[in-house]
Amino acid sequence: MAAFLRDRRAVVLLLGPALLVYTAVLLIPIIWSLGYTLFEGSILGGFRYVGLQNFETLAGDRRFWDALRFSVGYAVASTIGQVGAGLLLALAYVFWLGRSSTLVRTVVFAPIVLPTVAVATLFAKLFAIAPQYGLVNAGLDAVGLDGLIQPWLGQASTAFWVIVLMDVWRAMGFYAVILFAGLVEIPADVLDAARIDGARRFTLFRRVLLPFLRPVLFTALIFALVGTLKVFDSVVALTRGGPGSATTPLTLYMYDTAFNFLDYGYGSTIAMALAVLCLVVTLALFRFARADVDR
Amino acid sequence: MRRTAITLLVVVEILPLVWLFLSSLKQESEFSLNPVYALPEGIHLQNYVDAWTTGRVGTYFLNSLLVVLPSVLLVVLLCATAAFALEILRWPGRNKVLLLFIAGILVPGQMVLLPLFTIYFQLGLLNSKLALILTYVGFGLPLGVFLMVGYYKAVPREVLEAAVVDGATVYQAFRRVALPMVGNAIATVALVSFLFIWGDLLLALTFTSDSGERTIQTGLLAFADQYGARRWGPTFAAISIATLPTLLVFVILNQRVIRGLTAGAVKG
Repeated sequence: MAAFLRDRRAVVLLLGPALLVYTAVLLIPIIWSLGYTLFEGSILGGFRYVGLQNFETLAGDRRFWDALRFSVGYAVASTIGQVGAGLLLALAYVFWLGRSSTLVRTVVFAPIVLPTVAVATLFAKLFAIAPQYGLVNAGLDAVGLDGLIQPWLGQASTAFWVIVLMDVWRAMGFYAVILFAGLVEIPADVLDAARIDGARRFTLFRRVLLPFLRPVLFTALIFALVGTLKVFDSVVALTRGGPGSATTPLTLYMYDTAFNFLDYGYGSTIAMALAVLCLVVTLALFRFARADVDR
Repeated sequence: MRRTAITLLVVVEILPLVWLFLSSLKQESEFSLNPVYALPEGIHLQNYVDAWTTGRVGTYFLNSLLVVLPSVLLVVLLCATAAFALEILRWPGRNKVLLLFIAGILVPGQMVLLPLFTIYFQLGLLNSKLALILTYVGFGLPLGVFLMVGYYKAVPREVLEAAVVDGATVYQAFRRVALPMVGNAIATVALVSFLFIWGDLLLALTFTSDSGERTIQTGLLAFADQYGARRWGPTFAAISIATLPTLLVFVILNQRVIRGLTAGAVKG
């Protein structure tokens, strides 16, 4: 048995192909991308070594800071929306619907499997104002709230919230299932005991459910934050970063820098900033979660 | 009160999709003459024909199938073999290699986009299906390996030992003993990577500029730019076509899809 499991040739044959593809598509390009941050130019115009100049440019680039502010603001708003709505849904599944909630859970989960581009194209029509009102403006018109009719995607203030709303609509069912899985793990006698003690609803939630739910909640927060920091498809298909550059996240700014302004070096620098941001957020939440468990 | 809240919730989730399918059946004049919430006056399937042919959605759909199917197959194959080597076989450094694979889940696509573009440019692989397939397989490995390793953990070692006693080689043990026991995992990895690859925009947008090579999502984006503002009927039809495969998969296999997509979070 021992010899059988230590067959080195089998390791190479079985692991080799996967490791090869992984190295070629992810590992080498990651290191390569780090190298690009020291250059400017592109494969068409050639590269020039510029040292740390890209990082200096980054520090003083207003468009970069605007994109960072949008990415972070959008990630925070979407995460609160997705996980918050998910938590409310999960509580509703457990306390209102009980074990018979499979159908509702499934329906509410569905949007996350749909392609983002398709959903965003649909939402562009939902919130359209021309050539005819989309469903939202037409609905406002029908109930006499004409004052609220507006170019939802044409103004910076509302476009931001439409993107957030769409991503909450897409993902809340996903987080609801994750949090639901955490809730049903809580032993029934714990809940019953809390009820007999006369714990009121909010107290019950804060003192009994929340401590049990904390690990799952942190996982959900990490998923949501990292996922929304990487937002690209939704924005590209819904607003293309506009109006102006009002809804341009880091991902889209990186894309435009590289492929429209043909600066791979600076594009890689922005990509690196994004990767560092995702890593810092993940590690910070992990540490926070662990400190919480230790306490 | 409860029933109202739950009904409202379900309506909110479904309404945009119902509106999408109903609108895809409307004639162009209905959009300008009636409010958009009106029911279609007839079943105008011409929208689907227009989107499929003049809108080239048919080409995009086929391109996507030709990329997605081999990619999913390769992801499953490579994840099943790699995870076997990482979880069942014993060799020094295997935990480090496993960690290396799983760390890939965190990497944003933007991080590898430009080097890959350069490589594919030099090799003349831009606008080819091979470039997309290779990239999708690479991106599918981290989560796939992570999921498969979890399933292999549950394979009883005694069964493998028995196979060895019977004189099986390590490859036979993999194919005849271990693989049949992780059928669920294979289905899960296949489903999750199918959904990811079918919905991808970033990679397809970067590596294809030729309109004849567009996948369904990049094609839909181009379609919406070109016809979307004026021709709502065919646009809704195009969106419906782009969502149909994933929706169909979900309707048939919903519980498995839910378990697969949430597995990373629940176990992590």
